[in-house]
Amino acid sequence: MLLSSLVAQASPLSESQLTQLQGLLSQLNPIQQAWVSGYLAANAQLAGQLPAGSSAAVVAPAASLTILYGSQTGNARHVAADIGNAASAQVYQVKVQDLAEYKNAHLKNERFLVIVTSTYGEGEPPENAISFYNFLFSKKAPQLAELHYAVLGLGDTSYEFFCKTAQDFDERLAALGAKALLSRADLDVDYAADAKKWQEALLKTLVPHFQQANTSSAAAPAPSVSSAAGQSYSKQQPFAAELYTNQKITGRDSTKDVRHIELSLAGSGLTYLPGDALGVYFNNDPALVRELLLLTGIASDTPVTLDEQQLSISQALTEHLELTQSYPAFVSRYATAIGHAELQTLAADKVALRQYLAERQIIDIVRDYPGTLSAQQLTDALRKQQPRLYSIASSQAEVEDEVHLTVGVVRYDAHGFPHLGGASGFLAERLAEGESIKVFVEQNNNFRLPENDDTPIIMIGPGTGIAPFRAFLQERDARGASGKNWLFFGNPHFTQDFLYQVELQNYLKQGVLTQLDVAFSRDTAEKVYVQHKLLQHGAAVWQWLEQGAHLYICGDGARMAKDVHHALLTIIQQHGSKDEKAAQQYLDQLRIAKRYQKDVY
Amino acid sequence: MSQYPIKPEFVAEGKLSDNERLKAESDHLRGTITADLQNEITGGFTGDNFMLIRFHGMYQQDDRDIRAERAAQKLEPLHNVMLRARMPGGIITPTQWLAIDKFATDKTLYGSIRLTTRQTFQFHGVLKPHVKPMHQFLSSIGIDSIATAGDVNRNVLCTSNPVESELHQQAYQWAVQISEHLLPKTRAYAEIWLDEEKVETTETEPVLGEHYLPRKFKTTVVIPPHNDVDLHANDLNFVAIAEQGKLIGFNVLVGGGLAMTFGDTATYPRQAEELGFIGLEHVLKVAEHVVTVQRDYGDRVNRKTAKTKYTIDRIGLDNFRAEVEQRVGVSFAPVKPYQFTTRGDRFGWVEGIDGQHHLTLFIENGRILDFPNKPLKTGLAKIAQIHQGDFRMTANQNLIVAGVPASQKAQIEQLARDHGLIDDNHSEQRKNSMACVSFPTCPLAMAEAERYLPELVTKVEGLLTKHQLSDDHIVLRVTGCPNGCGRAMLAEVGLVGRAPGKYNLYLGGNRIGTRIPKLLLDNVAEAEILDTLDQLIGRWSQERQSGECFGDFVIRVGVVAEVKVSKTDFHA
Repeated sequence: MLLSSLVAQASPLSESQLTQLQGLLSQLNPIQQAWVSGYLAANAQLAGQLPAGSSAAVVAPAASLTILYGSQTGNARHVAADIGNAASAQVYQVKVQDLAEYKNAHLKNERFLVIVTSTYGEGEPPENAISFYNFLFSKKAPQLAELHYAVLGLGDTSYEFFCKTAQDFDERLAALGAKALLSRADLDVDYAADAKKWQEALLKTLVPHFQQANTSSAAAPAPSVSSAAGQSYSKQQPFAAELYTNQKITGRDSTKDVRHIELSLAGSGLTYLPGDALGVYFNNDPALVRELLLLTGIASDTPVTLDEQQLSISQALTEHLELTQSYPAFVSRYATAIGHAELQTLAADKVALRQYLAERQIIDIVRDYPGTLSAQQLTDALRKQQPRLYSIASSQAEVEDEVHLTVGVVRYDAHGFPHLGGASGFLAERLAEGESIKVFVEQNNNFRLPENDDTPIIMIGPGTGIAPFRAFLQERDARGASGKNWLFFGNPHFTQDFLYQVELQNYLKQGVLTQLDVAFSRDTAEKVYVQHKLLQHGAAVWQWLEQGAHLYICGDGARMAKDVHHALLTIIQQHGSKDEKAAQQYLDQLRIAKRYQKDVY
Repeated sequence: MSQYPIKPEFVAEGKLSDNERLKAESDHLRGTITADLQNEITGGFTGDNFMLIRFHGMYQQDDRDIRAERAAQKLEPLHNVMLRARMPGGIITPTQWLAIDKFATDKTLYGSIRLTTRQTFQFHGVLKPHVKPMHQFLSSIGIDSIATAGDVNRNVLCTSNPVESELHQQAYQWAVQISEHLLPKTRAYAEIWLDEEKVETTETEPVLGEHYLPRKFKTTVVIPPHNDVDLHANDLNFVAIAEQGKLIGFNVLVGGGLAMTFGDTATYPRQAEELGFIGLEHVLKVAEHVVTVQRDYGDRVNRKTAKTKYTIDRIGLDNFRAEVEQRVGVSFAPVKPYQFTTRGDRFGWVEGIDGQHHLTLFIENGRILDFPNKPLKTGLAKIAQIHQGDFRMTANQNLIVAGVPASQKAQIEQLARDHGLIDDNHSEQRKNSMACVSFPTCPLAMAEAERYLPELVTKVEGLLTKHQLSDDHIVLRVTGCPNGCGRAMLAEVGLVGRAPGKYNLYLGGNRIGTRIPKLLLDNVAEAEILDTLDQLIGRWSQERQSGECFGDFVIRVGVVAEVKVSKTDFHA
């Protein structure tokens, strides 16, 4: 029902009051109207003139839009926030929330729900979505006949289980009786443009529903979407941070090249908390660009159009396009452009294609299947570069306007050529000290120190997974936090790969680190990893957990985090005298209580 | 503490040095070494253990070439351990040799066996996880490293003289017995490294004392006329006296030592002095009581003046002798005549009086490693596989393949030649030059020694050739610090490291090692050293008397004054 069609018979107002109101309404835009509506409702309640619940038309809960995100790297969070901002301009009440913070019991009351989610590892939900996911697929999940929903999946087509979690949510919500507002979209790594299109389509279908649903109900005038950090620099508008230090921190005989990177955030106003990540944009290797152009027969100064801007192909390749991570879409577009039948066949065979792409960068594909195509075709075949995220290895309490990273340089020989990672190669080899790199801060509220400084923490961070724990230790040291700190670290060799060894030794001496246990897998006949060290200290780990310790895992998600998880289950079973199910529940409870947090990749 | 009445006037007064506290609190050299072996956070030893492992024959070292690099990498220094084996007289069997050869390859950072001036071998670069297995491995082949470093009597040297085999055998047996008699009695080594049971007894150290010695203590058994052990570098020396090829007793000399501290004129290198002659029946008691007198009267306040040589200069040789005589219960007879004529090793084959053959190999710097085109280590392993006698490490860092039957001579020589162990191009100069280990492993090193010596020798060879002396040589020694391992303070030309590329130049030692050289140039670079040597070798060539060695020449013509009494002359 629209206010303009109100008639005196249907309202408690007199004719003259109604005329006055309609006169005022004609001058108000929808947002002003909504505000007035809410204002008057609140005013009436405050005045005590209206018994609560006496009129459904006035005090019925406003139809609201809930946007939930399941995010591993922050992309889904960004998209969710964008949708929230756009929606708040057109509909009345918008709530954007981390799935980890969402109260599952609220689901049955939702009327309009949008879920933006990534997928993690082998088709599993991202860490922060696990609890909701399990709830949704459990018997406790309510019937959702009243719910309108939309699901947006973010993923990477080079993974086998592309957007699996989004599919799961979509199918399960439908099975529970919910109605799709529009069909799900599964977006690849270069999702930005498609996400915007999906968002526009979503709002188009949403607005009429809201106009109906909120016809006479009160709504909060101010959208509850909070801006991420209130900073002017962002992912869209990154800050050019000067490189202060690029220091290799593995020994000369190490098989790994790990860099300690220090960047300046001076003048940016950017702030971060321990646990946050830094997004970085990078330039591709000019040698790689030259070879690509040579193989495809394109002159380096050929103009191309990218995002409605004209620039040279070499600039597009160097600064804007993705060259080091390969992806299926490129293969099919490239195969079509060069008219290569064999490659087209490969592009059509998803399993074979995935295997083929496993260790190949874009250049490897072009080396394998050289062909000529136009500069614009090449540009269109490639996707835009996605920033890389690195867990921040410093605390501003110690380093102030610097930000430190622990970067494992991706470097390997394959298919007869040396390969270098895009961002890690740029940071380690092509960016000179004093030059700048574009960065932004990516919040990670799912990896935070306990609020209480007395709470003990157990940190498990082998390899570059140590990065956020260096930040944690700096922070706890600076705060004089009295909580105990226990770090598990591992890497191949003690003499070569003990990242931040001297700093950690000092933290031990000062008592900031209560305990440090290390696993150097290649120093002994039998490989020892962090999970073995955890098991070795199982009784103490259990004791710490019972004392309220928070658990953190950072690093390799494919194997390490799983092995550690299993070790923890074993410890809880053994030392907590629980069966497997109870141990699982114990860990679930820790996760729900935010005492078991992961930052894995 | 001593079982003998102490004369207070002979005791250095003052606050005991921290090393004395450390030894006293060490629970007979145990410290917390076992806990350190469990510590996975550092590759080093912590606190007092850093010093205590020395008493077990090890030094904590690190690769100094990459110390700064690793600091920037936020990595601790590449801590490792150098092990010095206890091999009295330097005799090692082929079986043992093959075993240490393999260990060096498999478990050390540098993959080498280092023969040293203490007539033994060293492993360089053993990482902490390999340390305990190393001792167990050594024990399994009958070798230990007890007391080869630290404030104890260290590895006992014995002249490597395979020719007079019977005399050498007798002298060698005394070296072994003295070594064992003076060993610490603590079971710390057996418990910590060999996992032997802790025996519930009240441990005492009747010889070394509960706080061990004030400073390191070195002993030799020397068979004239060869002074290959450089007796004047040692605290206690037994000079073998034989009649008709049979050992009858020893002249005892005490108070030698080469270490000094730059800038401290209270410290100086010093020759040993004669106590007198004793018969064989008193050898162990005399050894014991030279040690107990030094134990009771050595300076425990200032470690720089703690060695026997300073004790003797402080209390007087006669008083020192009287104390020893009183404790042994015997008087020294006047020394029997003896004479030294050589100090270097006799390279090549010699036939012993027992008809066995002995091949002395020149090992440059004592470093046994497979060098490019010179696979010394492989060559020695191949010799060890067929050799039926034994090997003898010399105090000049060389190696003797001893006890070869005539039938095997040719085969062994061929192996030696094939692997660069015999090189006819090595000049007399090269064979009479020596350096300590120094960089990159020695923590005390101030300048290069081992790695610098080969090129320095080449340059000195050039000077000798220039002055028509290419068949002659000068005893040339380079040592990386003033601590004395390279025995530069008994060389005709001695270089002692001051800073990278800078050395003190000492001249005036003699061929047989009975005279301390004297400082000519302070803290100078190679160019100045070579210029000086060029001039002096030129003069030597022109002005030398018949057979006059370089060290004698520079004193005769007054380039440097002779050091007769170190305490007064060395810094004069």
